[in-house]
Amino acid sequence: MSFDLEKIRRDFPILSTQIGGKPLVFLDSAASSQKPKSVIDTIRKYYEAENANIHRGVYSLSQKATEKYEMARIKTSRFIGAACAKVVIFTRNTTESINLVAQSWGRTNIHEGDEIVLTELEHHSNLVPWQMLAQEKQAVLKFIPLNQDSTLDLSNLDEVITERVKLVALAQMSNVTGTIHDLSAIIRRAREVGAKVLIDGAQGICHLPTNVQKEDFDFYAFSAHKMLGPTGVGVLYAKEEILETMPPWMGGGDMISKVWKEKSTYADLPARLEAGTPNISGVIGFGAAIEYLESVGMQEIRDHELELLQYALDRLEDFGGLELYGTNDLSKRGGVISFNFPGVHPHDVGSILDEEGIAIRVGHHCAQPFMDFKGIAGTCRASFYLYNTKEDVDSLLVGLKKVKEIFGRVLKR
Amino acid sequence: MSLSDSLYQEVLLDHYQNPRHHGKMEHSDLHEEGVNPLCGDEVELFLKLKGDIISEISFVGKGCSISQASASMLTDSLYGKTITEAKTLLHEFKGMLLEDKVPNFSEEYEDLESMEAVKKIPARIKCATLAWNTLEKAIGK
Repeated sequence: MSFDLEKIRRDFPILSTQIGGKPLVFLDSAASSQKPKSVIDTIRKYYEAENANIHRGVYSLSQKATEKYEMARIKTSRFIGAACAKVVIFTRNTTESINLVAQSWGRTNIHEGDEIVLTELEHHSNLVPWQMLAQEKQAVLKFIPLNQDSTLDLSNLDEVITERVKLVALAQMSNVTGTIHDLSAIIRRAREVGAKVLIDGAQGICHLPTNVQKEDFDFYAFSAHKMLGPTGVGVLYAKEEILETMPPWMGGGDMISKVWKEKSTYADLPARLEAGTPNISGVIGFGAAIEYLESVGMQEIRDHELELLQYALDRLEDFGGLELYGTNDLSKRGGVISFNFPGVHPHDVGSILDEEGIAIRVGHHCAQPFMDFKGIAGTCRASFYLYNTKEDVDSLLVGLKKVKEIFGRVLKR
Repeated sequence: MSLSDSLYQEVLLDHYQNPRHHGKMEHSDLHEEGVNPLCGDEVELFLKLKGDIISEISFVGKGCSISQASASMLTDSLYGKTITEAKTLLHEFKGMLLEDKVPNFSEEYEDLESMEAVKKIPARIKCATLAWNTLEKAIGK
């Protein structure tokens, strides 16, 4: 189908709102995307006409809610190319999915002296859980280094990923620079040494056509809120044979098979790893988000973002004097632009743009090791999604011109 | 005049670009570090006292224009003043930003009034108060 940008924009109510009297220019989808009307309506409909707890009631309302919840699991498994629905575990967010792996699989399989390999571009959620596990188990963290253009330096991969490595965990796409990593080389090496591979798909799944089986991921973690869905819903995918070996990490209702006073037996997948009443409305809303993305097409979304990215990079280059981070090879980059205005702190840029109705993210983006690598306090980040336009990029440039005017008064001295 | 024009007026940008009393101090009597963990702004304050009088004062830091200009204004305002005067000014400055009080700064502190515009950007109030919170910790000891 054709990519109808005007129709897409009409599907997102927030895009017609104003900020301080100016039309909203939303360039922060890497933090959290906006939601289409179909997702908002699905959640409203659930609370108005379908609300009941799941997996418990024998009455029809509960059964209907259960059906919708499980249907969202099936949609999710189809969307990521999983073999079946039971390998999709619902969590609260990407962070919880990664912590689940660390606490359940990690504590069982990582021992003293074992190595975990990350990259210097990781988000804190794919860094801190491994630091905690490594401290507990006396394991060793290692990092794949970066090239200056923020791509991974894979020249010494065999020395970084050795026989001692049990897990390689890295992002599919960086939230700071938009770098899309060459996962195939890393996965190939991991297979040679028998290590498992966890891919943090928080930024990847929303922008790139992804198939977990074809790409041979062992673990894949992501969040609904960055892909048009509600907050409070995350996903952990793992290969079935790995999930089968993973012990529960949270105990409680729904994850049990039979409970006595002193002990319990545990339910089969996926319930074993989903304790307690989940975010039912969120998961059902997430199902609507997946349907929306499928109706537009992930390849179409990727193509649109690439066009915007090229346009924005050209204009920012022409603007002059900006420091831009990330690779110019667009095949290795998603719709994220991190930059700095020399002499102006990112927070000052963010405040001035906000007054123009332009929302960007400023700061360290929860990726402090990368900021240390670059020797900077933070960056300004504009990120695109399917609903952004070239006019949004033009507005950004107008805002940046204002920053230049205001700060130019003193910078020229 | 838009909000950002009034916020980023000459006086603030001048303090940011040409910070007063900038630098570390050896053998200070009072020393305190302040940080806003979410944005990473940092301010380090040094004070030397002669009796009750602040005989020397300096700061170092890194961060946005508001946090650093505010620290510069603080040191500029308090140089040669007494601790009691510092406490009064601190009270008045934080009152202006956090309690929406109308400031009543005397003429020698008029630069501080430029910070009033920050009130309209709640996300940045913590930048403007960082140096002052640091001072509060320093003289509270």
